[in-house]
Amino acid sequence: MRRSLLLVLLAGALFAAVPYLSLPAYYESVLYLVFHWIALATSWNLLSGYSGYFSFGHGAFFGIGIYTTAVLASRFDVPFLWTLPAAALLAAVVGAALGAIAFRVKAVRGELFALLTLAATFVVATIVLNTPIDGGPGVYLSAVPMPEIGPTPSSSFYLLALAAAVLTIVVALLVYYARFGLGLFAIHDDEDVAEVMGVPTFRYKVGAFALSCALAGVVGGIHAMFVSYVTTGDTFTVTLPLTVILMSVLGGTRHWAGPAIGATVITLLLYSFTAGDSAVLGKAAMGVILVSVILFMPEGILGYLLKKLGRKPEAGRAAQAGLPLSAVPAEAPPEALPPASAGEVLLRASGVHKSFRGVQALRGVSLEVRRGEILGLLGPNGSGKSTFINVVSGHFPVSAGEIQFGGRQIAGIEAHHIARCGLSRTYQIPRPFAHLTVLDNVALPAMFGARQLDRAQAEREAWRWLAFTGLTGRARALPDELNLHQRKFLEFARALAAQPQLLMLDEVLSGLTPSEIDEAVALIRRIRSQGTTIVFVEHVMRAVMALCDRIVVFNQGEVLAEGVPAEVMTRPEVVSAYLGKPMADESGAPVFVAEGVHA
Amino acid sequence: MTFPSFTLLAQSILAGIFTGAVYGLLGLGLSLSWGMLRQINLAHFALAFLGAYLTYQFATYGGLDPLLTLLVIVPPFFLAGIAVHWVLTRFQVTPLNSLLVTFGLTIIIEAVLQWIWTADYRRLESSYAEHKFQIQGVYLPLPELITLGLSGGIALAIWLALTRTDLGKAIRAAAHDGPIAAAFGINQRALALVLSGVNAALAGIAGVCIALSYTLAPSQIYSWIGVVFACVMLGGLGRPFGPLLAGCIIGISEAITMAVTAPSWAPLVSFSLLIIVLLLRPGRV
Repeated sequence: MRRSLLLVLLAGALFAAVPYLSLPAYYESVLYLVFHWIALATSWNLLSGYSGYFSFGHGAFFGIGIYTTAVLASRFDVPFLWTLPAAALLAAVVGAALGAIAFRVKAVRGELFALLTLAATFVVATIVLNTPIDGGPGVYLSAVPMPEIGPTPSSSFYLLALAAAVLTIVVALLVYYARFGLGLFAIHDDEDVAEVMGVPTFRYKVGAFALSCALAGVVGGIHAMFVSYVTTGDTFTVTLPLTVILMSVLGGTRHWAGPAIGATVITLLLYSFTAGDSAVLGKAAMGVILVSVILFMPEGILGYLLKKLGRKPEAGRAAQAGLPLSAVPAEAPPEALPPASAGEVLLRASGVHKSFRGVQALRGVSLEVRRGEILGLLGPNGSGKSTFINVVSGHFPVSAGEIQFGGRQIAGIEAHHIARCGLSRTYQIPRPFAHLTVLDNVALPAMFGARQLDRAQAEREAWRWLAFTGLTGRARALPDELNLHQRKFLEFARALAAQPQLLMLDEVLSGLTPSEIDEAVALIRRIRSQGTTIVFVEHVMRAVMALCDRIVVFNQGEVLAEGVPAEVMTRPEVVSAYLGKPMADESGAPVFVAEGVHA
Repeated sequence: MTFPSFTLLAQSILAGIFTGAVYGLLGLGLSLSWGMLRQINLAHFALAFLGAYLTYQFATYGGLDPLLTLLVIVPPFFLAGIAVHWVLTRFQVTPLNSLLVTFGLTIIIEAVLQWIWTADYRRLESSYAEHKFQIQGVYLPLPELITLGLSGGIALAIWLALTRTDLGKAIRAAAHDGPIAAAFGINQRALALVLSGVNAALAGIAGVCIALSYTLAPSQIYSWIGVVFACVMLGGLGRPFGPLLAGCIIGISEAITMAVTAPSWAPLVSFSLLIIVLLLRPGRV
């Protein structure tokens, strides 16, 4: 990361020398446009590329920047350079406000977010056009004095755009390598899981949106002065966000440098066509490029090249901080947790209800989990076991009832807070972050869970858990490359890396072969021996009987029975919940008798 | 801000309905391809303008009646729609990427339009424009009436086809759950191809209507995108009458906004409506 940062700053310094080479002025104006688009595309990518929320409203924030500078400089005589922070601030505030509303609505993702931001652009444009901000005729900036930054007026613009581009790339790069960046990439792949693992998704999205808008605002402010006459018609267009998206997708949205590469290619290409008086041809070429890139290189130029070089971007990052494999002991036990005082209640659910519209999935579930035990949750399909885990982990909000964890009320608080209290879970169908390596998948909960480790520590921690689950050899692989057994163990490793006090396992054994089940049972024993309390939803009775200290049987959203496994499983109401009541035929003899059935 | 007279108000509402008819016609194909094929087809607008320019060309230089150009336009558009869909499925393009691919197509078509017909404004002079009916001081221009008739008629036809024919039911089943429909013997791929062909043909028909009532310029493609998407979302995806009804609501509210305040305020209404729908009823999509 430090090398990339130095490289960007060095490139910036070299380009800053261009105005002093006394080249013809048109070089500066071409390069101005290149830097202008680099800054715009890179700023867009901060939210949209990293977190996958494609904004079609970048024009709105660029436009807010343009009009902030235009109005402040032309009517209030604010010195031009001072208008730029104002432009950034106003764009950021509007962006954060829009984000704070839009991100509250869970369903506004993907195409809907794109449309929402597009609509916001036209609302902003209409307001600007019809109020004294513009009023219709446009705003002239020709009388505003331009500070002499470079040796000539055109070089001053050149240097400003260069500064904006370098600033934007540096921000994108810092975010990319930071906790913030990893959180955004996790949101891109699976937002719900990210939240449950402790990523404050709402705050991250609003933050990324505000940052992205602020940078677009600065670029707008500079551009207002550059064009010196601004109109709403030229400012708030559909083509600006689409061009920015084209550039980012062309370069590669999953890398900080992608948009810059795309922007350079497209700008130079368009320029070479307009220079040859064939703007129409340039336009058509842009269309052809967009179509062919998405069809043939969906990861963009940079993504494609990194793949060709056999280096996935994420894997490259991991390699820098990773430990040599030989240094990892096969079963390194993590530092001991506070001694488990057996019997003390760790989790207490009382009267928990959950309904999905008309369907009552949980109707007043009350149960206790004691510190240090393995509690099995059993019950027929649809009895509410998985719903219970989803509700406790904050994946679904509770409809009614209380859940206390370590004495703290966790019903109704955001899932990432629950994760930070020391509660983690696995998913029945593994839900790894598809574009993060196995290593990053495991490092993420270590960074966002109870312990909030920094990146290097989290990666060391991740190596340990990979060894613990036998996945060390697949650390650099993407989840897609794993088989089901390995994906299940990846779920384990992720849940464990958060160092939870309470681990909730949702059917981790289903679909595994008998020998794989034996391995998993041994693994669960090892986890418990470290003092972790485990809640365990399972249908594989062999494992339940072998592992559980106590079991709770669910039926139709209620707790049916509770106690020691061997005893509970022979109770008639439990047997009938699983297998139905014996039906008497006319002679009165049961046609079907279940005895000693173990599911 | 003055309150308009009754005639002005009636004329505004009527103008709103006429505009809404075009929105609805343009939105119908978009809504069907988004709702049933999960493709967001920006190129729909470009195709409509290609249709409009062809209508203009045939009428101005070939003397062909604008409505007869439908016969010329619809078959090749049907095939073009099939071709685009084939490419999108061949490369397994996601909904968001379909938006980007079809944006690329839009740019290409726009460049072609600009190359052939230049960036200047063009206006179709047809005999239809001279006919106007007048009822109690309210004007009913013939081209707009034709558009309204086509828009309503096509929505009805599509609705009947989707709900009353086996083919339509199969299409709906495939849209709802492709693999399950396939398990029941529905040839999902072939149906999707037919549907996308129909959608492109709808773009061609919308193009004829645009040519009848509006001035043409290649850059105008983009001015329709926002408001028609608003109609599509407001009307609910994949519902034949949705875009038309939503189009009329938006058209009328725009027309009244124009009559009461300045025309430049009109977009505020439709886009605020779209934002509200997105935030309050995202489940419609």
